[in-house]
Amino acid sequence: MSNEEFSPRIATFLCSWCSYGAADMAGVGRFSYPADFRVVRIPCTGRLSPKFVLSALRQGADGVWVSGCHPGDCHFISGNLTARRHFTLLKNLLEYVGVEPGRLHFSWISSAEADKFARVATEVAAAVRALGPAQNTLSALIKAV
Amino acid sequence: MRSRIVNIRAAAKQALEEGPCRVVAGYAPGTMAMRARPIFIDKPEDAGKLTWSSFCVGNLAGLLTQAAHAAPGKIGVVAQGCVSRNLVGLIGEGRFKREDLYIIGVPCLGMAERRKIEAKYPGRAIIAVEEAEDVFVVRGKRREVRMLRRDVLRDNCYTCVQRNPVIFDVLVADSAPDAEPSTGGGDIDKVAAPWERLAPEARLTAFEAAYKDCIRCYACRDVCPLCYCATCFVDESQPQWLGKTQDFADIANYHLLRALHCAGRCTDCGACESACPQNIKVRRLTSKLEKDVRALYGHQAGMALGEAPPLTVYKPDDPQDFIK
Repeated sequence: MSNEEFSPRIATFLCSWCSYGAADMAGVGRFSYPADFRVVRIPCTGRLSPKFVLSALRQGADGVWVSGCHPGDCHFISGNLTARRHFTLLKNLLEYVGVEPGRLHFSWISSAEADKFARVATEVAAAVRALGPAQNTLSALIKAV
Repeated sequence: MRSRIVNIRAAAKQALEEGPCRVVAGYAPGTMAMRARPIFIDKPEDAGKLTWSSFCVGNLAGLLTQAAHAAPGKIGVVAQGCVSRNLVGLIGEGRFKREDLYIIGVPCLGMAERRKIEAKYPGRAIIAVEEAEDVFVVRGKRREVRMLRRDVLRDNCYTCVQRNPVIFDVLVADSAPDAEPSTGGGDIDKVAAPWERLAPEARLTAFEAAYKDCIRCYACRDVCPLCYCATCFVDESQPQWLGKTQDFADIANYHLLRALHCAGRCTDCGACESACPQNIKVRRLTSKLEKDVRALYGHQAGMALGEAPPLTVYKPDDPQDFIK
Protein backbone atom coordinates (compact mmCIF):
# COMPACT_ATOMS: atom_id res chain seq x y z
CA MET A 1 0.00 0.00 0.00
CA SER A 2 1.54 3.31 -0.98
CA ASN A 3 1.38 6.19 1.40
CA GLU A 4 -0.97 8.09 -0.90
CA GLU A 5 -3.61 5.40 -0.59
CA PHE A 6 -2.98 4.88 3.07
CA SER A 7 -5.58 6.51 5.25
CA PRO A 8 -4.30 6.52 8.82
CA ARG A 9 -6.48 6.13 11.86
CA ILE A 10 -5.50 8.79 14.35
CA ALA A 11 -6.98 8.56 17.84
CA THR A 12 -7.73 12.16 18.75
CA PHE A 13 -8.49 13.33 22.27
CA LEU A 14 -9.94 16.84 22.35
CA CYS A 15 -10.71 18.90 25.42
CA SER A 16 -14.40 19.77 25.34
CA TRP A 17 -13.73 23.33 26.54
CA CYS A 18 -11.44 24.37 23.70
CA SER A 19 -10.13 22.09 20.97
CA TYR A 20 -13.45 20.30 20.55
CA GLY A 21 -15.06 23.69 20.04
CA ALA A 22 -12.29 24.60 17.61
CA ALA A 23 -13.04 21.46 15.61
CA ASP A 24 -16.69 22.41 15.61
CA MET A 25 -15.91 25.90 14.44
CA ALA A 26 -13.52 24.61 11.79
CA GLY A 27 -16.46 22.65 10.43
CA VAL A 28 -18.84 25.57 10.59
CA GLY A 29 -16.23 27.80 8.98
CA ARG A 30 -15.75 25.23 6.16
CA PHE A 31 -12.03 24.84 6.73
CA SER A 32 -10.78 21.76 5.01
CA TYR A 33 -8.54 19.27 6.79
CA PRO A 34 -7.91 15.51 6.45
CA ALA A 35 -10.57 13.08 7.65
CA ASP A 36 -8.18 10.69 9.39
CA PHE A 37 -9.19 11.50 12.93
CA ARG A 38 -11.35 9.51 15.35
CA VAL A 39 -12.29 12.10 17.92
CA VAL A 40 -12.85 11.33 21.58
CA ARG A 41 -14.22 14.23 23.59
CA ILE A 42 -12.64 14.49 27.04
CA PRO A 43 -13.62 16.94 29.77
CA CYS A 44 -10.04 18.23 30.12
CA THR A 45 -6.63 17.04 28.96
CA GLY A 46 -6.05 16.38 32.63
CA ARG A 47 -8.53 13.52 32.24
CA LEU A 48 -6.31 11.85 29.69
CA SER A 49 -4.95 8.64 31.14
CA PRO A 50 -2.01 6.88 29.52
CA LYS A 51 -4.41 3.93 29.35
CA PHE A 52 -6.34 5.71 26.60
CA VAL A 53 -3.26 6.21 24.48
CA LEU A 54 -1.86 2.74 24.99
CA SER A 55 -5.24 1.17 24.39
CA ALA A 56 -5.65 3.12 21.16
CA LEU A 57 -2.24 2.02 19.93
CA ARG A 58 -2.94 -1.54 20.98
CA GLN A 59 -6.12 -1.56 18.94
CA GLY A 60 -4.41 -0.36 15.82
CA ALA A 61 -4.32 3.43 15.86
CA ASP A 62 -1.57 4.74 13.59
CA GLY A 63 -1.18 7.92 15.58
CA VAL A 64 -2.44 9.78 18.63
CA TRP A 65 -3.21 13.47 18.92
CA VAL A 66 -4.15 15.19 22.15
CA SER A 67 -5.23 18.80 22.18
CA GLY A 68 -6.23 21.09 25.03
CA CYS A 69 -6.41 24.67 26.22
CA HIS A 70 -3.50 27.05 26.20
CA PRO A 71 -1.60 27.29 29.51
CA GLY A 72 -3.55 29.58 31.81
CA ASP A 73 -6.86 28.97 30.02
CA CYS A 74 -7.80 25.65 31.60
CA HIS A 75 -11.41 25.50 32.76
CA PHE A 76 -10.15 23.58 35.80
CA ILE A 77 -7.24 26.00 36.39
CA SER A 78 -4.34 23.60 35.86
CA GLY A 79 -5.55 20.35 34.24
CA ASN A 80 -3.67 21.07 31.04
CA LEU A 81 -0.45 21.88 32.92
CA THR A 82 -0.37 18.60 34.84
CA ALA A 83 -1.37 16.89 31.59
CA ARG A 84 1.69 18.47 30.00
CA ARG A 85 3.92 16.65 32.47
CA HIS A 86 2.03 13.38 32.06
CA PHE A 87 2.11 13.56 28.29
CA THR A 88 5.80 14.50 28.18
CA LEU A 89 6.70 11.38 30.14
CA LEU A 90 4.34 9.18 28.12
CA LYS A 91 5.73 10.46 24.83
CA ASN A 92 9.32 10.05 25.98
CA LEU A 93 8.64 6.53 27.25
CA LEU A 94 6.90 5.38 24.07
CA GLU A 95 9.68 6.80 21.94
CA TYR A 96 12.18 5.13 24.23
CA VAL A 97 10.70 1.72 23.39
CA GLY A 98 10.60 2.36 19.67
CA VAL A 99 7.39 4.18 18.76
CA GLU A 100 8.38 6.79 16.18
CA PRO A 101 8.24 10.44 17.32
CA GLY A 102 5.82 11.38 14.50
CA ARG A 103 3.01 9.25 15.87
CA LEU A 104 2.31 11.18 19.05
CA HIS A 105 1.17 14.78 18.95
CA PHE A 106 0.10 17.33 21.49
CA SER A 107 -1.19 20.84 20.90
CA TRP A 108 -2.81 23.84 22.55
CA ILE A 109 -5.81 25.08 20.57
CA SER A 110 -8.40 27.46 22.00
CA SER A 111 -12.04 27.35 20.95
CA ALA A 112 -11.51 30.47 18.83
CA GLU A 113 -8.65 29.00 16.79
CA ALA A 114 -10.47 27.10 14.06
CA ASP A 115 -7.71 28.01 11.61
CA LYS A 116 -5.06 26.63 13.93
CA PHE A 117 -7.11 23.46 14.37
CA ALA A 118 -7.23 22.89 10.63
CA ARG A 119 -3.53 23.66 10.27
CA VAL A 120 -2.43 21.36 13.10
CA ALA A 121 -4.79 18.61 11.90
CA THR A 122 -3.16 18.80 8.49
CA GLU A 123 0.30 18.65 10.05
CA VAL A 124 -0.55 15.71 12.27
CA ALA A 125 -2.15 13.75 9.46
CA ALA A 126 0.82 14.45 7.19
CA ALA A 127 3.30 13.34 9.85
CA VAL A 128 1.46 10.07 10.50
CA ARG A 129 0.86 9.48 6.81
CA ALA A 130 4.56 9.90 6.14
CA LEU A 131 5.36 7.15 8.62
CA GLY A 132 2.90 4.76 7.00
CA PRO A 133 0.80 2.14 8.78
CA ALA A 134 1.84 1.41 12.34
CA GLN A 135 4.86 -0.84 12.07
CA ASN A 136 6.71 -0.09 15.21
CA THR A 137 3.77 0.55 17.41
CA LEU A 138 2.49 -2.10 19.69
CA SER A 139 -0.33 -3.49 17.57
CA ALA A 140 1.97 -4.24 14.64
CA LEU A 141 3.62 -6.93 16.70
CA ILE A 142 0.41 -8.88 16.93
CA LYS A 143 0.00 -8.91 13.18
CA ALA A 144 3.55 -10.11 12.78
CA VAL A 145 3.07 -13.16 15.00
CA MET B 1 26.09 -7.90 59.42
CA ARG B 2 25.92 -9.79 62.69
CA SER B 3 25.76 -6.56 64.64
CA ARG B 4 22.93 -5.33 62.44
CA ILE B 5 20.90 -8.46 63.20
CA VAL B 6 21.53 -8.15 66.94
CA ASN B 7 20.59 -4.48 66.91
CA ILE B 8 17.46 -5.02 64.82
CA ARG B 9 16.27 -7.68 67.26
CA ALA B 10 17.02 -5.50 70.25
CA ALA B 11 15.27 -2.49 68.71
CA ALA B 12 12.22 -4.54 67.77
CA LYS B 13 12.06 -6.16 71.21
CA GLN B 14 12.28 -2.84 72.95
CA ALA B 15 9.70 -1.24 70.64
CA LEU B 16 7.22 -4.03 71.36
CA GLU B 17 7.93 -4.30 75.09
CA GLU B 18 7.93 -0.67 76.05
CA GLY B 19 5.72 0.55 73.27
CA PRO B 20 5.31 2.37 71.01
CA CYS B 21 4.76 -0.46 68.54
CA ARG B 22 1.99 -3.01 68.32
CA VAL B 23 3.66 -4.82 65.46
CA VAL B 24 7.02 -4.78 63.70
CA ALA B 25 7.59 -5.65 60.05
CA GLY B 26 10.95 -7.17 59.26
CA TYR B 27 12.56 -10.13 57.57
CA ALA B 28 12.88 -13.76 58.62
CA PRO B 29 15.25 -16.25 57.02
CA GLY B 30 13.81 -18.00 53.99
CA THR B 31 13.64 -21.76 53.62
CA MET B 32 16.51 -21.76 51.15
CA ALA B 33 19.90 -20.08 51.11
CA MET B 34 19.93 -16.52 49.79
CA ARG B 35 16.27 -15.99 50.55
CA ALA B 36 14.53 -13.86 53.14
CA ARG B 37 10.83 -13.43 53.64
CA PRO B 38 8.86 -10.61 55.21
CA ILE B 39 7.45 -11.24 58.65
CA PHE B 40 5.24 -9.34 61.07
CA ILE B 41 5.92 -9.90 64.77
CA ASP B 42 3.70 -8.65 67.59
CA LYS B 43 5.29 -10.26 70.65
CA PRO B 44 8.63 -9.15 72.13
CA GLU B 45 9.72 -12.78 72.51
CA ASP B 46 9.42 -13.23 68.76
CA ALA B 47 12.11 -10.62 68.08
CA GLY B 48 14.60 -13.47 67.69
CA LYS B 49 12.82 -14.46 64.48
CA LEU B 50 14.02 -11.30 62.80
CA THR B 51 17.10 -11.33 60.68
CA TRP B 52 18.97 -9.14 58.22
CA SER B 53 21.08 -10.03 55.24
CA SER B 54 21.92 -8.79 51.78
CA PHE B 55 19.13 -10.97 50.47
CA CYS B 56 16.32 -8.97 52.07
CA VAL B 57 15.50 -7.69 48.62
CA GLY B 58 11.77 -7.11 48.94
CA ASN B 59 10.39 -3.77 50.01
CA LEU B 60 8.62 -3.68 53.36
CA ALA B 61 7.14 -0.23 52.73
CA GLY B 62 4.53 -1.84 50.48
CA LEU B 63 3.32 -4.14 53.23
CA LEU B 64 2.49 -1.26 55.53
CA THR B 65 -0.19 0.46 53.50
CA GLN B 66 -2.85 -1.93 54.74
CA ALA B 67 -1.30 -2.84 58.08
CA ALA B 68 -1.10 0.81 59.11
CA HIS B 69 -4.88 1.10 59.17
CA ALA B 70 -5.64 -2.32 60.65
CA ALA B 71 -5.49 -1.17 64.29
CA PRO B 72 -4.43 1.86 66.28
CA GLY B 73 -0.85 2.19 67.42
CA LYS B 74 2.46 2.51 65.72
CA ILE B 75 3.80 0.01 63.28
CA GLY B 76 7.51 -0.73 63.29
CA VAL B 77 9.40 -1.30 60.09
CA VAL B 78 12.95 -2.25 59.24
CA ALA B 79 14.10 0.07 56.47
CA GLN B 80 17.29 0.68 54.54
CA GLY B 81 17.85 3.75 52.35
CA CYS B 82 15.53 3.00 49.44
CA VAL B 83 12.75 1.63 51.64
CA SER B 84 12.88 4.74 53.82
CA ARG B 85 12.52 6.82 50.65
CA ASN B 86 9.43 4.81 49.78
CA LEU B 87 8.08 5.45 53.27
CA VAL B 88 8.59 9.18 52.70
CA GLY B 89 6.77 8.89 49.38
CA LEU B 90 3.85 6.97 50.90
CA ILE B 91 3.57 9.49 53.73
CA GLY B 92 3.43 12.21 51.07
CA GLU B 93 0.65 10.31 49.31
CA GLY B 94 -1.33 10.07 52.52
CA ARG B 95 -1.12 6.31 52.96
CA PHE B 96 -0.05 6.73 56.58
CA LYS B 97 1.40 9.39 58.83
CA ARG B 98 4.96 9.76 60.00
CA GLU B 99 3.79 9.36 63.60
CA ASP B 100 2.18 6.00 62.70
CA LEU B 101 5.61 4.60 61.98
CA TYR B 102 8.52 3.49 64.08
CA ILE B 103 11.38 3.15 61.63
CA ILE B 104 14.29 0.88 62.48
CA GLY B 105 16.85 2.27 60.07
CA VAL B 106 19.53 0.08 58.54
CA PRO B 107 22.53 1.70 56.85
CA CYS B 108 22.78 -0.44 53.74
CA LEU B 109 25.89 -2.00 52.23
CA GLY B 110 24.17 -2.72 48.94
CA MET B 111 21.97 -5.75 48.40
CA ALA B 112 23.19 -8.91 46.71
CA GLU B 113 21.82 -10.40 43.52
CA ARG B 114 21.18 -14.08 44.18
CA ARG B 115 21.42 -14.93 40.49
CA LYS B 116 24.87 -13.37 40.15
CA ILE B 117 26.14 -15.47 43.03
CA GLU B 118 24.60 -18.60 41.52
CA ALA B 119 26.23 -17.84 38.19
CA LYS B 120 29.66 -17.43 39.78
CA TYR B 121 29.39 -20.52 41.93
CA PRO B 122 30.86 -23.58 40.20
CA GLY B 123 28.78 -26.24 41.92
CA ARG B 124 25.09 -26.85 41.57
CA ALA B 125 23.45 -26.22 44.90
CA ILE B 126 24.35 -23.45 47.30
CA ILE B 127 23.61 -24.50 50.86
CA ALA B 128 24.57 -21.41 52.80
CA VAL B 129 26.00 -17.95 52.36
CA GLU B 130 27.75 -16.08 55.10
CA GLU B 131 28.54 -12.45 54.66
CA ALA B 132 30.75 -9.77 56.08
CA GLU B 133 30.97 -6.15 55.02
CA ASP B 134 32.94 -6.78 51.85
CA VAL B 135 32.92 -10.53 51.34
CA PHE B 136 30.46 -13.35 50.84
CA VAL B 137 31.43 -16.92 51.69
CA VAL B 138 29.33 -19.19 49.51
CA ARG B 139 29.08 -22.82 50.59
CA GLY B 140 27.85 -25.84 48.71
CA LYS B 141 28.32 -29.53 49.41
CA ARG B 142 31.97 -29.65 48.50
CA ARG B 143 33.23 -26.20 47.70
CA GLU B 144 33.49 -22.94 49.50
CA VAL B 145 33.93 -19.82 47.40
CA ARG B 146 34.63 -16.26 48.48
CA MET B 147 33.10 -13.46 46.47
CA LEU B 148 33.52 -9.74 46.80
CA ARG B 149 30.37 -7.84 47.61
CA ARG B 150 31.08 -5.30 44.90
CA ASP B 151 30.98 -8.08 42.27
CA VAL B 152 27.56 -9.46 43.14
CA LEU B 153 25.46 -6.43 44.01
CA ARG B 154 22.09 -5.92 42.38
CA ASP B 155 22.21 -3.62 39.35
CA ASN B 156 20.30 -0.84 41.09
CA CYS B 157 22.60 -0.95 44.12
CA TYR B 158 25.58 0.14 42.03
CA THR B 159 23.84 3.41 41.26
CA CYS B 160 22.11 3.84 44.62
CA VAL B 161 21.95 7.47 45.69
CA GLN B 162 20.86 6.94 49.29
CA ARG B 163 22.11 3.95 51.24
CA ASN B 164 21.36 5.42 54.64
CA PRO B 165 17.76 5.86 55.73
CA VAL B 166 16.31 9.31 55.03
CA ILE B 167 14.07 9.13 58.10
CA PHE B 168 14.37 6.81 61.08
CA ASP B 169 13.64 6.53 64.77
CA VAL B 170 16.54 4.28 65.64
CA LEU B 171 19.61 3.31 63.66
CA VAL B 172 21.03 -0.20 64.00
CA ALA B 173 24.55 0.57 62.79
CA ASP B 174 26.70 3.63 62.41
CA SER B 175 25.69 5.31 59.22
CA ALA B 176 28.51 5.06 56.76
CA PRO B 177 31.21 7.59 57.70
CA ASP B 178 32.12 10.37 55.31
CA ALA B 179 35.15 8.53 54.00
CA GLU B 180 32.88 5.73 52.88
CA PRO B 181 30.28 7.21 50.52
CA SER B 182 26.65 6.60 51.36
CA THR B 183 25.87 5.97 47.73
CA GLY B 184 26.50 3.04 45.41
CA GLY B 185 29.07 5.15 43.61
CA GLY B 186 27.89 4.43 40.07
CA ASP B 187 26.67 7.15 37.71
CA ILE B 188 22.94 6.62 37.36
CA ASP B 189 22.73 8.82 34.27
CA LYS B 190 25.08 6.49 32.44
CA VAL B 191 23.14 3.32 33.10
CA ALA B 192 19.58 4.62 33.14
CA ALA B 193 17.77 4.33 29.84
CA PRO B 194 20.25 2.08 27.98
CA TRP B 195 18.11 2.04 24.82
CA GLU B 196 18.34 5.77 24.25
CA ARG B 197 21.34 5.27 22.00
CA LEU B 198 19.49 2.93 19.65
CA ALA B 199 17.47 3.73 16.53
CA PRO B 200 13.66 3.33 16.86
CA GLU B 201 13.52 -0.13 15.22
CA ALA B 202 16.41 -1.38 17.33
CA ARG B 203 14.71 -0.05 20.45
CA LEU B 204 11.60 -2.04 19.71
CA THR B 205 13.69 -5.16 19.11
CA ALA B 206 15.53 -4.60 22.37
CA PHE B 207 12.27 -3.97 24.21
CA GLU B 208 10.76 -7.17 22.89
CA ALA B 209 13.87 -9.20 23.61
CA ALA B 210 13.95 -7.93 27.18
CA TYR B 211 10.29 -8.41 28.02
CA LYS B 212 8.99 -11.24 25.83
CA ASP B 213 9.49 -13.88 28.52
CA CYS B 214 7.08 -12.13 30.88
CA ILE B 215 4.47 -14.57 32.17
CA ARG B 216 2.19 -11.85 33.57
CA CYS B 217 2.49 -13.16 37.12
CA TYR B 218 2.48 -9.55 38.39
CA ALA B 219 5.18 -10.28 40.96
CA CYS B 220 6.78 -6.94 40.05
CA ARG B 221 3.51 -5.18 40.83
CA ASP B 222 2.84 -7.12 44.01
CA VAL B 223 6.24 -6.42 45.51
CA CYS B 224 6.22 -2.75 44.54
CA PRO B 225 5.51 -0.39 47.44
CA LEU B 226 3.98 2.10 45.00
CA CYS B 227 1.20 -0.29 43.97
CA TYR B 228 -1.67 -0.05 46.42
CA CYS B 229 -4.75 0.64 44.30
CA ALA B 230 -7.81 -1.32 45.44
CA THR B 231 -8.38 -2.38 41.85
CA CYS B 232 -5.28 -2.51 39.71
CA PHE B 233 -5.59 -1.47 36.07
CA VAL B 234 -4.77 -5.03 35.04
CA ASP B 235 -7.89 -6.25 36.84
CA GLU B 236 -10.27 -3.60 35.56
CA SER B 237 -12.98 -5.13 33.42
CA GLN B 238 -15.45 -2.36 32.54
CA PRO B 239 -13.81 -1.10 30.47
CA GLN B 240 -10.98 -3.57 30.19
CA TRP B 241 -8.08 -1.38 29.19
CA LEU B 242 -5.49 -4.07 29.18
CA GLY B 243 -5.39 -7.31 27.19
CA LYS B 244 -4.86 -10.39 29.31
CA THR B 245 -2.88 -12.42 26.80
CA GLN B 246 0.82 -13.11 26.65
CA ASP B 247 1.10 -11.56 23.21
CA PHE B 248 3.91 -9.11 23.30
CA ALA B 249 1.61 -6.14 22.66
CA ASP B 250 -0.25 -6.90 25.89
CA ILE B 251 2.93 -7.61 27.81
CA ALA B 252 4.33 -4.33 26.53
CA ASN B 253 1.24 -2.37 27.49
CA TYR B 254 1.27 -3.85 30.97
CA HIS B 255 4.89 -2.92 31.58
CA LEU B 256 4.58 0.53 30.02
CA LEU B 257 1.56 1.36 32.13
CA ARG B 258 3.07 -0.05 35.29
CA ALA B 259 6.19 2.03 34.71
CA LEU B 260 4.11 5.15 34.08
CA HIS B 261 2.27 4.62 37.35
CA CYS B 262 5.65 4.65 39.08
CA ALA B 263 6.84 7.82 37.34
CA GLY B 264 8.15 10.36 39.81
CA ARG B 265 7.59 7.94 42.69
CA CYS B 266 10.04 5.13 41.99
CA THR B 267 13.08 5.07 44.27
CA ASP B 268 14.88 2.46 42.18
CA CYS B 269 14.75 -0.02 45.07
CA GLY B 270 15.03 -2.91 42.63
CA ALA B 271 12.42 -5.10 44.35
CA CYS B 272 10.65 -5.63 41.00
CA GLU B 273 13.74 -7.07 39.37
CA SER B 274 14.55 -9.22 42.37
CA ALA B 275 11.01 -10.59 42.47
CA CYS B 276 10.81 -11.41 38.77
CA PRO B 277 10.85 -15.19 38.26
CA GLN B 278 11.82 -14.71 34.62
CA ASN B 279 14.80 -12.50 35.36
CA ILE B 280 13.42 -9.63 33.30
CA LYS B 281 15.23 -6.32 33.69
CA VAL B 282 12.08 -4.50 34.74
CA ARG B 283 14.03 -1.36 35.61
CA ARG B 284 14.75 -0.67 31.93
CA LEU B 285 11.48 1.29 31.83
CA THR B 286 11.29 2.71 35.34
CA SER B 287 14.87 3.98 35.23
CA LYS B 288 14.07 5.90 32.04
CA LEU B 289 11.17 7.62 33.77
CA GLU B 290 13.22 8.26 36.89
CA LYS B 291 15.85 9.91 34.71
CA ASP B 292 13.28 12.01 32.83
CA VAL B 293 11.60 13.21 36.00
CA ARG B 294 14.95 14.17 37.45
CA ALA B 295 16.13 15.92 34.30
CA LEU B 296 12.87 17.69 33.43
CA TYR B 297 11.37 18.44 36.83
CA GLY B 298 14.36 18.21 39.16
CA HIS B 299 12.70 15.68 41.43
CA GLN B 300 14.11 12.64 43.18
CA ALA B 301 11.45 10.58 44.87
CA GLY B 302 11.35 10.30 48.64
CA MET B 303 14.39 12.36 49.55
CA ALA B 304 12.57 14.77 51.85
CA LEU B 305 9.29 14.85 53.73
CA GLY B 306 6.71 17.32 52.48
CA GLU B 307 7.60 17.31 48.80
CA ALA B 308 4.63 17.01 46.45
CA PRO B 309 4.72 14.12 43.94
CA PRO B 310 5.98 15.72 40.70
CA LEU B 311 3.07 14.53 38.58
CA THR B 312 0.50 16.20 40.82
CA VAL B 313 2.03 19.64 40.39
CA TYR B 314 3.39 21.76 37.56
CA LYS B 315 5.52 24.76 36.84
CA PRO B 316 4.45 27.38 34.32
CA ASP B 317 7.72 26.94 32.45
CA ASP B 318 7.79 23.15 32.24
CA PRO B 319 9.47 22.00 29.01
CA GLN B 320 7.06 21.82 26.09
CA ASP B 321 9.19 21.91 22.94
CA PHE B 322 7.10 19.25 21.26
CA ILE B 323 3.72 20.95 21.80
CA LYS B 324 2.22 22.56 18.73
